[in-house]
Amino acid sequence: MGMTMTQKILAAHAGRASVEAGDYIEADLDVVLGNDITTPSAIREYRGMGASRVYDPHKVVLIPDHFAPNKDIQAAAQCAEVRSFVKEQEISNYYEVGRMGIEHVLLPEQGLVTAGDVIIGADSHTCTYGALGAFSTGVGSTDMAAGMARGKAWFRVPPAIRFELTGKPGPMVGGKDIILSIIGKIGVEGAQYKSMEFTGPGIANLSMDDRFTIANMAIEAGAKNGIFPVDDVTKAYVEAHPCVNPDMKKEFRAFEADPDACYEQTIEIDLSEIDLTVAFPHLPENTHPVGEAKGIAVDQVVIGSCTNGRIEDMEAAAKILKGRRVAPSVRLIVIPGTQQVYLECIKQGWAQIFVEAGGVFSTPTCGPCLGGHTGVLGDGEVALSTTNRNFVGRMGHPGSKIYLAGPAVAAATAVVGTIADPREL
Amino acid sequence: MGKAFVYGDHVDTDGIIPARHLLTSDPDRLAEHCMEDLDAEFVGRVEAGDVIVAGRNFGCGSSREHAPVAIKASGIRCVIATSFARIFYRNSFNIGLPILECPEAVAGISSGDAVHVDFQTGVIENETTGKTFQARPFPPFLLQMVDSGGLTNYVKQALEQEGK
Repeated sequence: MGMTMTQKILAAHAGRASVEAGDYIEADLDVVLGNDITTPSAIREYRGMGASRVYDPHKVVLIPDHFAPNKDIQAAAQCAEVRSFVKEQEISNYYEVGRMGIEHVLLPEQGLVTAGDVIIGADSHTCTYGALGAFSTGVGSTDMAAGMARGKAWFRVPPAIRFELTGKPGPMVGGKDIILSIIGKIGVEGAQYKSMEFTGPGIANLSMDDRFTIANMAIEAGAKNGIFPVDDVTKAYVEAHPCVNPDMKKEFRAFEADPDACYEQTIEIDLSEIDLTVAFPHLPENTHPVGEAKGIAVDQVVIGSCTNGRIEDMEAAAKILKGRRVAPSVRLIVIPGTQQVYLECIKQGWAQIFVEAGGVFSTPTCGPCLGGHTGVLGDGEVALSTTNRNFVGRMGHPGSKIYLAGPAVAAATAVVGTIADPREL
Repeated sequence: MGKAFVYGDHVDTDGIIPARHLLTSDPDRLAEHCMEDLDAEFVGRVEAGDVIVAGRNFGCGSSREHAPVAIKASGIRCVIATSFARIFYRNSFNIGLPILECPEAVAGISSGDAVHVDFQTGVIENETTGKTFQARPFPPFLLQMVDSGGLTNYVKQALEQEGK
């Protein structure tokens, strides 16, 4: 029986000719990732395993991005614990504040992940790298510890849903609108334990930034991973972002699904029919076309995160905000995903646009997305955010509300003060 | 065994342990804030041996292992749900929090009911109503891992065998 793209990557990393959905395997890991929240627990389990050296100091990637720059004394202690482990284990992929970025924006940009890799990360949005044609999934700290110790992880081989994309997205419609509308269609457990494999001619019309955003939110449909085929867009991206760490010895490997691969379901998506989309509180599946959200007043707009903190997101926001002012009742917080994205904002004049519009322009951090810092919501406050989750209390007080959307809707909303359609400005 | 705390579908990891409390990985300190945004009374009422009963997609959201760790440290003996989100499912096995999938039990247990679980057989008994339910069996691979004392011990043994 034919294999899906995910199954082929897993088989190759498990030293097997083939695998089937439901098989339990141990796969070799190309990258093991952790952040400042999940790594301290992983270090404790790593010690408990009796491990002394990580399996490969060049394949472990540790990034303090959630509560960094240190938001308080406890955050400082957690980051210090990570830093000290990096020194002890001579881990070569560590990005200090000032060089770091939000992990899932940073790793592809630095070339630390590539097509054909198997990657685990103690962060649920690790599924982002499926955009490059890798198998990449989020795990907990104990799995991360096991990965650091042995370079292996156990997986139950997932079945897959195929999303056959056709057509071209309309003006201002981007990856966020596409993935939100898919989650709206299948629900937050619509792909539970499964792969979301994106195929079809419509993919050629999606930039890498669109694909990263789509794969990033596969977890929001319950998926184990989201994955895109490797094409010219992927190849051009990887060539433009060579690995900064030659010791990682990255190997670009394009896997293709077999023609007779078995899919549980095929869902056809015509990209030209997708509207600008907003997810209402308190689940990402509560999606509506932006027209149905118009007029809802917001206190805060956040543009950034591992979902929408990339160059195209900043550009989309800047185009809307140019020559305009943030509404007096709104606090706009713009957070580029990495130092390179930040620098691009300066070079292109977007940073000036954000500041002149009356917005905050912050150093890279996960910050407000998880209610950490730099924009925590108070009781009764409403935010429209380009982040990935709108659960109760996600960005702060449990009495606050979050609407999710892409950067163009976010920027328009900041200007109008109520949720707005950027095409009507 | 203990009394049931009953919740609905899609209980997410922010509801189980909000990120503002992720400044520690100490289980007892995490347990002080378990479920606080979802059920402010939980921490004051939970006793060792109690169970959580919930609907679909329990534990959706973040990869934070702090979520099952907080539940376990709060005294909860096991979580019974219609279904679990995949990272939470995996984390629970890895850290040794027993979880059971049983839609019939979820439908047949009310808040405060006395519940007893036999982990060997997967039989869940609602002692208040006298009804029993059979949970879905776990795959052999996961049972082996539980038998070896969770992932940490499993890896410890593997490292010893590999001479590392």
